Amino acid sequence: MGLGSDMYRQQILDHYKNPRNYGELEDPTFTHIGENPMCGDEIRMDVKLGDDEETIEHVAFKGDGCAISQASASMLSKELRGKTLEELQEMNRDDVIDMLGVDISPMRVKCAVLAEKVAQDGAEIYQGELDVEKTTTED
Amino acid sequence: MSQQNLESLDVGAIRDEFPILEREFDGQQVVYLDNAATTQTPDPVVDAMSDYYRESNANIHRGIHHLSQEASILYEEAHDRVAEFINADGREEVIFTKNTTESENLVAYAWGLNELGPGDRVVLTEMEHHASLVTWQQIGEKTGADVEYIRIDDDGRLDMDHARELIDDDTAILSAVHVSNTLGTVNPVSELTDLAHEHGALSFIDGAQAVPNRPVDVEAIDADFYAFSGHKMAGPTGIGVLYGKQHLLEEMEPYLYGGGMIRKVTYEESTWGDLPWKFEPGTPQIAEAVGLEAAIDWLEDIGMERIQAHEEEIARYAYEQLESEEDVEIYGPEPGPDRGGLVSFNVEGVHAHDLASIMNDHTIAVRAGDHCTQPLHDKLGVPASTRASFYVYNTREEVDKLVAALDDARQLFA
Ligand SMILES: Cc1ncc(COP(=O)(O)O)c(C=O)c1O
Repeated sequence: MGLGSDMYRQQILDHYKNPRNYGELEDPTFTHIGENPMCGDEIRMDVKLGDDEETIEHVAFKGDGCAISQASASMLSKELRGKTLEELQEMNRDDVIDMLGVDISPMRVKCAVLAEKVAQDGAEIYQGELDVEKTTTED
Repeated sequence: MSQQNLESLDVGAIRDEFPILEREFDGQQVVYLDNAATTQTPDPVVDAMSDYYRESNANIHRGIHHLSQEASILYEEAHDRVAEFINADGREEVIFTKNTTESENLVAYAWGLNELGPGDRVVLTEMEHHASLVTWQQIGEKTGADVEYIRIDDDGRLDMDHARELIDDDTAILSAVHVSNTLGTVNPVSELTDLAHEHGALSFIDGAQAVPNRPVDVEAIDADFYAFSGHKMAGPTGIGVLYGKQHLLEEMEPYLYGGGMIRKVTYEESTWGDLPWKFEPGTPQIAEAVGLEAAIDWLEDIGMERIQAHEEEIARYAYEQLESEEDVEIYGPEPGPDRGGLVSFNVEGVHAHDLASIMNDHTIAVRAGDHCTQPLHDKLGVPASTRASFYVYNTREEVDKLVAALDDARQLFA
């Protein structure tokens, strides 16, 4: 039996152990938090938009939780740079799973998509289209 | 306990009755250590249920025809068998529900909602399963009764001084787990029940993790209500039990209404049937009742003392193996008479969900999460834990596989 399931390929473990863009931004355009109550995963995403108020310039995240949720946030923080808010909203779970580059077992999909949902909800709140305090991935 | 009772189990012969334990995924045999969630079902139980469907299936109570009479007798006698198993006075005290959760809700709604009000107190424990915690929280909100929790100490045992403080003359009901599904603690349920009775309160004991693996005598405990689930004791899903003292059940209003539970119905009003049918409206779980009876026969053939001894031995072994690992933190009391057959733990630096996924790579079934005890995990200061829980068919070799798999997690996450 080889070490580790397909779910824990080197890339995931690397992002988990050495998260990119970890921390807080000094003057984020918006900040949002979310959790995955079943697992206790928590993520806070800070997003800074460029002058066009449309293009994502910087992303930082902070969080606590399983390797899948934290690696996903780390990878997303890189991935989102240069994307527009519209492109962010167009992302779906398959895009997240593609980004992770591994098979995610059905019970762990919630962990994988938490960061993406937090970023999307944060953007919608910023644009006045949503009113929630905290994102959860219960449903 | 006779000498024979203490003879160790023939685990090999027992395992032969569980084809599911032979299953392989990716060429590896399943190691099933998720028994506190649900136990596997031995062939005799599956056979009893399929025989029922093949030979005796009919709706009960109302039929004049042979099949209905046979099904009715099977269904009713299953109540007698459960009563005998837990030493209740008779079928009047045994209500079939869907599971432990429904048994809790039945008492909360039929009794709690009608009897409680502002100034009344409901006492729970900090280690309650959501089945009772969430239910009584809701009843508290609806009635104005206040809900208090008996503290646990650092070893995961109930602080009985705090219990004596909390259970006072305003207390209307105490609800406590017999065995904690997270900490493994075996609570002093007769002592708690005596405390409740000294103050005129009722006692509800959640026996979901006790009835499957130890002799339980409701009369000796003197519990007013006692609940458990078929699927955690080698029986089928879809059936649970609420034991209640007859005089209390007689005074209680029904919780669900409909056919099968009435005596006389007019357009204006209805009167209720006898116990336990008053609480079992509609077509009940007939095949599951047959399966539950078969499970009880199967368990008693082995002997509840021997099952308890086996489970304690495996749990002690698992505890000792895990405890000798420096980076493992175990929750709950040390092995002994007040610890049941499960071990919840965390490995430093590895989230419980990641650990369970890695275990699954070795086809080891464990549970990771809060085990329906979120407030307890908050108190322990961890979002989740990994739980290995054992039953009559588990072996030391399976524990060894669990411990060996920890190395994989360490290598990946170190
Ligand atoms: C202590 C305890 N109480 C209640 C329950 C709920 O049992 P069920 O899901 O069968 O209603 C469980 C099982 O998860 C349990 O361990």
